[in-house]
Amino acid sequence: MAEKQRYGLLIDYEYCTGCFTCQVACQQEYGWPAGMGGIRVNEIVQNLPKGKAYLTYFPFPTELCILCKPRVKKGLEPACVKHCMAECMTYGPIEKLAEKMAEKPRMVLWAPK
Amino acid sequence: MSSETEIVRTTTWSAGPGCHGGCGILAHVRDNKLVKIEGNPDHPWNRGRLCARVLAMTQYTHHPDRLRHPLKRVGARGEGKWEPISWEEAFDLIEMRMKAIRDEYGPESMLFNSGTGRDIYPWICMLAYAYGSPNVMFGLSGSACYGPRLAAVNTVQGDFAVFDAAQWFPDRYDDPRWRRPECMIIWGYNIHATCPDNLFGHWIIDLMKKGTKIITVDPRLSWFASRSKYHLALRPGTDAALAMGFLNVIIQEKLYDRKFAETWTNARHLIRTDTGCLLTEAELVDGGDSANYVVWDAASGRPVVWDSAAADYRGEAPESPMFSGTCDLELVQGEKVTCRTVWDTFCAEVEQYPPERVEEISGVSAEVVAEAARYYAKSGPAAIHWGVAVDMTPALTPLVQALSCLWALTGNLDVPGGNVIARLAFDVAPYALPGSDGAIRLKSGEQDKPRIGRDRYLPLDKFYWRCSTDLSLDQIFSEDPYPIKGMWIQTAGIMQGLGMDPKKWRSALEKLDFVVAVDLFHTPTTQYADVVLPATTFLEKDSFRSWWVPLQTINKAMNVEECLPDMEINFELARRFDPDFRFETLHDLYDDILKPSGLTFSELQQKDWAYPPEGSSSCPYLRHEKGLLRPDKKPGFRTPTGRFELYSTLREQWGLEPVPHHEEPPFTPVSRPDLAKDYPLILSTGRRSPAFFHSEHRNIPWLRDIDPDPVVEIHPNTAAEHGIGNGEWMWVENWMGRARFKAKLTPVVPQWMIMAAHGWWQPEKEAAEPSLFGMWKSNINQLLPMGHQGKDGVGSPIKHSMCRIYKAGPEEV
Ligand code: SF4
Ligand code: SF4
Ligand code: SF4
Repeated sequence: MAEKQRYGLLIDYEYCTGCFTCQVACQQEYGWPAGMGGIRVNEIVQNLPKGKAYLTYFPFPTELCILCKPRVKKGLEPACVKHCMAECMTYGPIEKLAEKMAEKPRMVLWAPK
Repeated sequence: MSSETEIVRTTTWSAGPGCHGGCGILAHVRDNKLVKIEGNPDHPWNRGRLCARVLAMTQYTHHPDRLRHPLKRVGARGEGKWEPISWEEAFDLIEMRMKAIRDEYGPESMLFNSGTGRDIYPWICMLAYAYGSPNVMFGLSGSACYGPRLAAVNTVQGDFAVFDAAQWFPDRYDDPRWRRPECMIIWGYNIHATCPDNLFGHWIIDLMKKGTKIITVDPRLSWFASRSKYHLALRPGTDAALAMGFLNVIIQEKLYDRKFAETWTNARHLIRTDTGCLLTEAELVDGGDSANYVVWDAASGRPVVWDSAAADYRGEAPESPMFSGTCDLELVQGEKVTCRTVWDTFCAEVEQYPPERVEEISGVSAEVVAEAARYYAKSGPAAIHWGVAVDMTPALTPLVQALSCLWALTGNLDVPGGNVIARLAFDVAPYALPGSDGAIRLKSGEQDKPRIGRDRYLPLDKFYWRCSTDLSLDQIFSEDPYPIKGMWIQTAGIMQGLGMDPKKWRSALEKLDFVVAVDLFHTPTTQYADVVLPATTFLEKDSFRSWWVPLQTINKAMNVEECLPDMEINFELARRFDPDFRFETLHDLYDDILKPSGLTFSELQQKDWAYPPEGSSSCPYLRHEKGLLRPDKKPGFRTPTGRFELYSTLREQWGLEPVPHHEEPPFTPVSRPDLAKDYPLILSTGRRSPAFFHSEHRNIPWLRDIDPDPVVEIHPNTAAEHGIGNGEWMWVENWMGRARFKAKLTPVVPQWMIMAAHGWWQPEKEAAEPSLFGMWKSNINQLLPMGHQGKDGVGSPIKHSMCRIYKAGPEEV
């Protein structure tokens, strides 16, 4: 039996601004109460040599992410991907996303399901 | 029984996201209830994207705490006791009380207080003017947000300018006229968090992805700073020194656009070396006009008159007009004077700011100043975009002049990818703003005379038709030259957000006879009103938006119980106050204001949005060359001389310094070493959160979850020195008072500064005093003063003060 096609979310975290759109878009779409939802945005401050630092935001899909199955079935993009203010999220088959990932640094591929 | 879901296309602006709007959205409404919001993928502004605050609208529109009926206060002010009344009762009561004030004290005794630039501002003016009061007040000290920046740019350039993300064209980045900025300076701006100033913050991220390199000027390590080619972490309040340092490098190294300077600035106008003032035609010839200036023709050795009104030389243009150098002239009374050019005067000031001195003032290394300046000047095109940090200092006008001179002298003004002149779409101007008179006006100039501060602060007379906030507050107490008896507060949180020194504002409100607040929720401010009126979100009203481009409508999708749109409230009262009010319906009024576009409100509604066509004054580029900026259609700018003014003729007339320069703000370790002993840390405020617009959204669960507590950002080393751990409660204190915050230990702030979040109150806490929604504990404005506005009445020290910090005791958390 052929392996079932798996899908994922590719995040270009160089451009993720920490706008929290993905987090709230998911909460709206599925009616999650505050504190729950399919994706949570984290802030990471990396200390660098010479007293420097680098600020990154980074969305993490939780146990509640269903990769927007109901939306995708209707031919829509996932709610988070559609609204992402930095247009730094891509949804698709994981192999395709992995190819895209090879094109530039500071990318992370999530395959929550 | 369930009905169909209707999808309504509309535009965001104000109550809701709180921003200055512009996003196209699709509101899904069923049974008059908002079920979902999505971004409109066809809208050129946001192309389907949306911020968290719009996506949380279902929690906003149907929030259980929303005010749904007019309320009348029944207890004492601040006691939190209310009684619902009908709209008819509310209107009657307001009409009666406000007419009584007008009859006894005159219309100017009512202040009309607005907050940030919402689509409600015009309708506040409409109400105030129908009532007869010129005193429309933006509640920030020194009106220190945007308007002053607009006014300052207008002073020297005649029009405002913003960065270019091809927002002028429906096909945006694909439009062949547009070019990507090679470099962008982001000056004191966290734009992507909230989209202030009628721009979509993430356009800059679009540009970065296309290759635009960033220079960030910000004491904090912002997201932009992290991704910048140069990050200039200056000491707050030293921006002008830094801008002058940039000019210094650019002029020293001859990186400026000499042709632009010669052709389009007043660089060649003569300045008398004896008086230091511009030489006018009146001094040179009998019957000469004092608004005309003089240029020296080196070829003929004779002066030539610059006819300011014509924006051109009188007669033949000089063969060899002097750009730099001196000349000797004989004046009309035979007096002999030596003159030099504006260019030389300007350069003499700029020479005061070599990078080494800039380093001493700002803390940014001389080398980095020079490198960043060179990089900016050599990039073509390049844009500067700035945030409210520029307004939040008393000497904002000289700072804005310096920054404007940077884009002008590097040849980046109104060029593709540069700083592009921003005009209201089709010149549709609902109310007066710097650069436009507006359709909604006072009936007569006479009525404008008592406007508070107008006679003292000349920018308020020429560009910024509001009363001075600081003088108005004083006048509430002094009653001099006339008493203030009432206040209409709308889109404004004078207690919890907008007002510096909120204790003083509380005393002021307590002193007034009659206060009305219009809002969507109870806030600390509404607690001091006598009547509170329930307003609506953008989803519950018809309106339009012409702030820059495109021109677009806001379309009513639903309504919530008795809530009424701000403009409908004000329209009804305007009709009651003004027997001559000439509009029957709001739509008649909209049609009238929209006239310059050639569209009626409903025609525009059908189109969704309209972009000004090529050849109109609100479509770029190079409009000064094409004669699209001035009413007389001559090439040039809408300034007194028709040129970009390196030396401001208006500032000279107003008795203020005509050229850009740095002034040390009032509360810094440099200006107040005495205070620095007790208050060793720099206190900066107001970093933006994507969850909130100023004091709004603390009651929206999805948003509050993002940013649950009032935080102070503090460097880990500084925190360690004070024994403060991450997430611990601490006090921030200075000579004015103190406020309590949760410590967020982070190296994004320098060790010598803390950054306190602004606009904090806790809607979940007790409304009545002494809690006032927890505001007295967490409002940082208690440490910031009123009354330190700039010399020209605008700008105030909001982003730089001084403080000390200490850990809160267990009983205080
Ligand atoms: S893909 Fe869908 S379910 Fe998963 S986080 Fe995004 S919006 Fe939520
Ligand atoms: S929506 Fe996009 S930019 Fe915003 S936090 Fe999520 S991933 Fe980052
Ligand atoms: S904050 Fe930005 S994204 Fe949100 S509605 Fe306003 S303009 Fe649109």
